[in-house]
Amino acid sequence: MATKRKKASPKRKSVRPENGGHMITVAVNGRKFTRAVEPRVLLVDFIRDDLRLTGTHVGCDTSHCGACTVLLDGRAVKSCTMLAVQADGREITTIEGLSEHGRLHPIQEAFKAHHGLQCGFCTPGVVLAALELLRVENAPSEDRIRTAISGNICRCTGYQGIVDSVAAAGEMMRPRKG
Amino acid sequence: MAQTTKVFGESVLRKEDDRFLTGRGNFVADMLPPGTVFAKFVRSPYAHARIGSINTAKARRLPGVLDVLTAQDLKDQVGDIITAWAIPNANLKTPAYPPLAREVVRYAGEAVAVVVAESPFIAENALDLVEVEYDSLPVVTDVETATKKGGAPIHGDAPDNVAFKWTLAGGDVDKAFKEADVVVSQRFVNQRLQPTAMEPRAAIAQFEPGTRELTLHVTSQNPFVHRLVLSIVLKYPEHLIHVIAPDVGGGFGSKIPVYPWEAIVCHLAMRLGRPVKWVEDRMENYVATTHGRDHVQYVDLAAKKDGTILGIRARVLANLGAYLSTAAPGIPTILFGFMVGGCYAIQAGRVEVTGVFTNTTPVDAYRGAGRPEALFLLERIVDILARKLKKDPADIRRKNFIPADKFPYATAMGLTYDSGNYAGTLEKALDKVGYEKLRKEQAEGRRKGKLMGIGLSTYVEICGLGPSAVVTSTGFAGGLWGASTVRLHPTGKATVYTGGHPHGQGEETTFAQIVGEELGLPVVDVDVVHGDTKLTPYGQGTYGSRTTAVEGGSIALSARKVKDKARKIAAHLLEAREEDLEFTDGKFVVKGSPKAAKTIQEIAWAAYMAGNMPKGVEPVLDATTFYDPTNFVFPFGCHICVVDVDRETGQVKIRRYVAVDDVGNQINPMIVEGQVHGGVLQGLAQAMLEQSVYDENGNLLTNSLIEYLVPTALEAPRIETDSTVTPSPHNPLGVKGVGETGTIASSQAYVNAVCDAVGVDHIDMPITPEKVWRVLQKK
Repeated sequence: MATKRKKASPKRKSVRPENGGHMITVAVNGRKFTRAVEPRVLLVDFIRDDLRLTGTHVGCDTSHCGACTVLLDGRAVKSCTMLAVQADGREITTIEGLSEHGRLHPIQEAFKAHHGLQCGFCTPGVVLAALELLRVENAPSEDRIRTAISGNICRCTGYQGIVDSVAAAGEMMRPRKG
Repeated sequence: MAQTTKVFGESVLRKEDDRFLTGRGNFVADMLPPGTVFAKFVRSPYAHARIGSINTAKARRLPGVLDVLTAQDLKDQVGDIITAWAIPNANLKTPAYPPLAREVVRYAGEAVAVVVAESPFIAENALDLVEVEYDSLPVVTDVETATKKGGAPIHGDAPDNVAFKWTLAGGDVDKAFKEADVVVSQRFVNQRLQPTAMEPRAAIAQFEPGTRELTLHVTSQNPFVHRLVLSIVLKYPEHLIHVIAPDVGGGFGSKIPVYPWEAIVCHLAMRLGRPVKWVEDRMENYVATTHGRDHVQYVDLAAKKDGTILGIRARVLANLGAYLSTAAPGIPTILFGFMVGGCYAIQAGRVEVTGVFTNTTPVDAYRGAGRPEALFLLERIVDILARKLKKDPADIRRKNFIPADKFPYATAMGLTYDSGNYAGTLEKALDKVGYEKLRKEQAEGRRKGKLMGIGLSTYVEICGLGPSAVVTSTGFAGGLWGASTVRLHPTGKATVYTGGHPHGQGEETTFAQIVGEELGLPVVDVDVVHGDTKLTPYGQGTYGSRTTAVEGGSIALSARKVKDKARKIAAHLLEAREEDLEFTDGKFVVKGSPKAAKTIQEIAWAAYMAGNMPKGVEPVLDATTFYDPTNFVFPFGCHICVVDVDRETGQVKIRRYVAVDDVGNQINPMIVEGQVHGGVLQGLAQAMLEQSVYDENGNLLTNSLIEYLVPTALEAPRIETDSTVTPSPHNPLGVKGVGETGTIASSQAYVNAVCDAVGVDHIDMPITPEKVWRVLQKK
């Protein structure tokens, strides 16, 4: 029983950006970037390879792990699920854009204080997914927190430190009375 | 100003966190040296096939493609991959493990060719242009079919697909079973798992023609092991290979092995004179990075009517996959067989393990590595015995525990447990969960048809690998001593160079705490360097929960040597006798004259200026230690899982999860707790969700996170932790290990709870609602 298998050769041009690149302008962490990108380039690859912001990670190829989560116009998106050209004219926040003047954002402080990370690979995505929640809801229940980060897989923490970190961050971000 | 230097035992916040929280971690895939080209591998879609022709011409013609290599091209360039654990007295077969498949592919995902191109896109496109003809061969993926007579052989030199037969026996097993009032038996499947470190594996190789130095950045838990194996595989001098494992995003054992593609990337960099980068995607990770577990176990337990356990027998078929990965033979034998007696004073045991080749991804260490497979079978069969004898599972454990006053304890299987108080952790956990009350609730609920279950898991595990003389006697090709240099700089800041390789375990902090405590330095003044073969002493890396006990022990000894030298210098500077000096809060003080003092920083300065040193004392303040422990360490504990089962749907819900662990002295309780949380969830994941599934053609069906169910925050229970502290008596810090305890303890706690709830001897993992529902239908 012999199975022969041959693959057809897809005809594709060279992938250099100058051949069919689209000009896009995105504001990333408050700074505008104008770049030529190929239409097939994913937003995550644009962020990592073109802008060299490597805090946004790639942990899968099916949009399940959430390591590539960024904020797009304030909403958490998995940057592997969209093309860079779709981000044209929009605002993106990556993990590099959270701390200001070397001071950690309260959510970063909370993750440190409550041991919300171990190997640190999933962390940028988890932090940004949680931040989206906390911007609309500053005292979420544990169930709400777990649901908000359920698109982000962490293999190290068992999520407990993460959940506690997000709850503590909510508290830190709540406007003080008086 | 006095600075508090009591840092050992404090939940110091992690030094490594800031860089990860700000996106400034340094993972291999983040790097892009100028001129980098990209490698991708053509992988076989067949699990077992003879390779006909390979035509690379079209791929080579694609603009931007630099090179396409097959096994033919690697001949005499890249040697076969070697296994590092040649277990003795087991008739171990080590068939060739070629870097690229030669003539035959033996699992779906085995690499057949490699393409190098100017961009990852071009490389990916070129993969489709490599034409490979395959003639398919019979496929076998499970151990029982593979070892049947007339089964299809995978390797010519192992015609029965048996890689080894290994036996361990202690005590008079036959007598134990003859004298038993009761024998319980059960078949357990400890299913195959995919480790799923969140960072896929990656490698970047660079070659410097001027110095002939080869530099490899790689996702490794043990860069020196990589350097050593690569020097053998590439036949390239070890001192000209520089391996760096920078930040590594989880390993769980899957980044211990040296993989063929890492060697090939090195070869390509030398061949092309350009940096060559390879990053696997998740699907590639699932088919071509090692898997874990995969045992079929037949277990018998012999006991007296009163519940006294007399003996245990286990016959095991261990799936090794298509080739022997780096540590593969040792995992289901050495790290498994010795532990089947667990916490109990069992006087006789016999373990027979058959290692089996199949047409599947190679199997190697996965968090716990052998010990979860041992403790699962033991804790399950003990519960089955309790059920048979109608005894409380807590009572049967109490009856058989090794008593706290019998340590160090020599087991029937041939180990010496260092220290323990198993009843202590059991009682503490029972108390914490409110055991008596729960049993009452359970009895009352049953009358109303409610299904609630309580699962106990008492465990002891072997870690802190390990004394070199012992591990090398098991055929392991490497001493497992710890290595460190502790160096104070002229300004009194310190750097620790460790042979361990923390990648999530927090040792950049805990190791700074050790030195901070010993030398009275603020933790912020101590930096921990790891993972670079040019910077640190030769180190064994991080696995087997060894790093804190062995590498940490080495660091404590180096710090103490530094302190001894500092005392000599202080005595000289203070014109006092050494024995008249006291060391407190980072300074040497002359007893009774608190003003006559020298801080460790002042001493460091003096040691570097070296103009006024005591006679015979060398300049500089540093010390190096190679520490070989005298025994392993044996952490232990009791985990209790409480579940509610929905009678209609078979859905299981975890109500409580209590973990009481004893890992010896704790350097940083926050980090210890974090390790327990993560470990417990990985064990629960095996019990609830995860399982590698192959179809009849040997295709891995669970080849993405869609099919392979890693738990999210929604499936994870809240874990209630507590601890007791029984220091290890034989290492400098009294510490044990905690990286794997949770995983070793938790699977059986869950399964015991579910079986208790539904009233059945056993359900194989993962316990899906369907399996529970089917059991309930039969009732």
